[in-house]
Amino acid sequence: MIKETERPLARVPLVLNRRNFSWLTERVSGVVEQPAPRWWWVAFTITASAATFGLFCLGYQISTGVGIWGNNIPVGWAWDITNFVFWIGIGHAGTLISAILFLLRQKWRTSINRSAEAMTLFAVICAAIFPGIHVGRVWMAWYLAPVPNNWGIWPNFRSALMWDVFAVSTYFTVSVLFWYTGLIPDLATLRDRATSKIRKFLFGLFACGWRGSNRNWRHYEMAYLLLAGLSTPLVLSVHSVVSFDFATSILPTWHSTIFPPYFVAGAIFGGFAMVLTLLIPARAIFKLYDVITAQHIDKMAKIILLTGSFVAYAYTMEFFVAWYSGNSFERFAFWNRVFGPYWWYWWLGMLFCNCLSPQLFWFRWCRRNILVVFFVAMCVNAGMWFERFIIIAGGLHRDFLPSSWGIFHASWVDIWTYIGTLGIFTSLFLLFIRFLPMIAMSEVKTAVPEADPHYDMPAQSISPGGKERTR
Amino acid sequence: MMRTPAGHKVYAMAAEYPSAAALYEAAARVRDAGFRRWDVYSPFPIHGMDDAMGLGKSWLSGWVLFGGVSGLLTAALVEFGPSWGLYRLDVHGKPWNFWTVPAFFPIMFELTVLFGAFAAFFAMLGMNGLPRWYHPMFNWERFSRVTNDGFFLAIEARDPRFTEAGVRQLLEETGGEHITVVHED
Repeated sequence: MIKETERPLARVPLVLNRRNFSWLTERVSGVVEQPAPRWWWVAFTITASAATFGLFCLGYQISTGVGIWGNNIPVGWAWDITNFVFWIGIGHAGTLISAILFLLRQKWRTSINRSAEAMTLFAVICAAIFPGIHVGRVWMAWYLAPVPNNWGIWPNFRSALMWDVFAVSTYFTVSVLFWYTGLIPDLATLRDRATSKIRKFLFGLFACGWRGSNRNWRHYEMAYLLLAGLSTPLVLSVHSVVSFDFATSILPTWHSTIFPPYFVAGAIFGGFAMVLTLLIPARAIFKLYDVITAQHIDKMAKIILLTGSFVAYAYTMEFFVAWYSGNSFERFAFWNRVFGPYWWYWWLGMLFCNCLSPQLFWFRWCRRNILVVFFVAMCVNAGMWFERFIIIAGGLHRDFLPSSWGIFHASWVDIWTYIGTLGIFTSLFLLFIRFLPMIAMSEVKTAVPEADPHYDMPAQSISPGGKERTR
Repeated sequence: MMRTPAGHKVYAMAAEYPSAAALYEAAARVRDAGFRRWDVYSPFPIHGMDDAMGLGKSWLSGWVLFGGVSGLLTAALVEFGPSWGLYRLDVHGKPWNFWTVPAFFPIMFELTVLFGAFAAFFAMLGMNGLPRWYHPMFNWERFSRVTNDGFFLAIEARDPRFTEAGVRQLLEETGGEHITVVHED
């Protein structure tokens, strides 16, 4: 028997301290089964209050009109669409983890995919609010659907906005199906552990009678593979379609062919930052260090570095093309981005938060330091919001004629609607970790060496209660 | 129909195995013994178990192809039908001739994915006979560990090769523990 220290090329285990199957079940199910800790109630009260006030703002906006927002010509799209693009982008990391990393056989995804997918759903819910209400007369939103009607009104399928409706609704639906498919075996675990009648009934209902049969696993794995295969082009298409809303227009800084890949990279960049924002506290609170290890955080930091560098490249290329095109409107728009009224949004948000802060992740020490990782993740969260605001309001506020120039001032309803969606997002996530297994138990178990049918048990290598390894 | 001494109908004879590897070896033995109506149960899908059980590829993919194609055709119908006859939409005087057809592609793609995903989900449930409230295996109290860390194998009584003594011997030889008769009701 060769000791692990003598095999320098051996892979670092994904589940540390040689935890076995029942430890995983116990630790993950325990979170759901124990009574809610006090911090949970405090956190939920705060987030639910913000969510409630956000919903009040929505009601006020619907009953009064879009005029209560700061939007005004020339800035006709402002915080509403900024928030929409911000939230929909966050969702992308979840689908990347669940679908693309699955196809690439990245087993480390198993520890984080459940919560990242949940994050996707909640982010898309927040995103869907904004295009829904910014149409002004919400009760006419059904015009977006191809419903035959006696006015002969039919959606314009050649419009980028119509593509967006289909892209976002498909994205949400497929994400729900994928997430629920993954949940079925874990719901069965909770059903089999349930002690109260109501839990047994509810988990039994939603587990669909799952019994871990291999004849079922066979179809299940094929369904999972194909859902991953379908979600992979879908996730790349959603933010591409969102970027078409801008790219198909003729506005300087919007009318750009670089937008689809630039938006997709930015979405994954911002999404991974949000995954880290949620998981770093969750792993500390629920003592999940053996499942969401330093290695997982390290890998996510590397993805942030990679996609952040894509984004930085795209920003640079936009400036280059603005100069190289010789188009004076384009040149002005980008000059205005750096030195115009929104200069500090660019210097702080785009340059510092999005381009410079992820570069810390070149250093292993930074990727392994939770505080640094959390700091960069928060920078990226903020930076990606600034980026979308700069693209949208920054592109609109200097119209072609100087006589039409304006500036955007957010109203309190703008601000509180946004804070409200932060509340909705965090409330839903808190409910999720309370009632559903936040780690895909049946998937993490496959990443344990004992899950391999050709594994012969080296009894002497099991060291109970060993020191936690960081690498 | 076999019955237990207490008068219950017999569903299967089942055994528990200590590990995924043991279950894998046992499955290959049961497959080679020529049984048809049997199954293994595990907390996670075991890599290579389909071959060990002698099962082929899952043709769930056929349903997904069907779903994807019907999504594509639905989108084509909804886009081309009105655009080229029922309701010609003239927006800002922009062209709506044949060369604008690529503008229909995003929604064709989206509906292909959407219908394909629905097909994958519902075919998975349908081909597995789910959802169901009840299964005879749940009558065995040890079986609740199947979603935690238990590995089980069950040979059904309706298998033509099923004999109580023969199956018990096979399960014992393959290292099965807690061998038991699982009753149907």
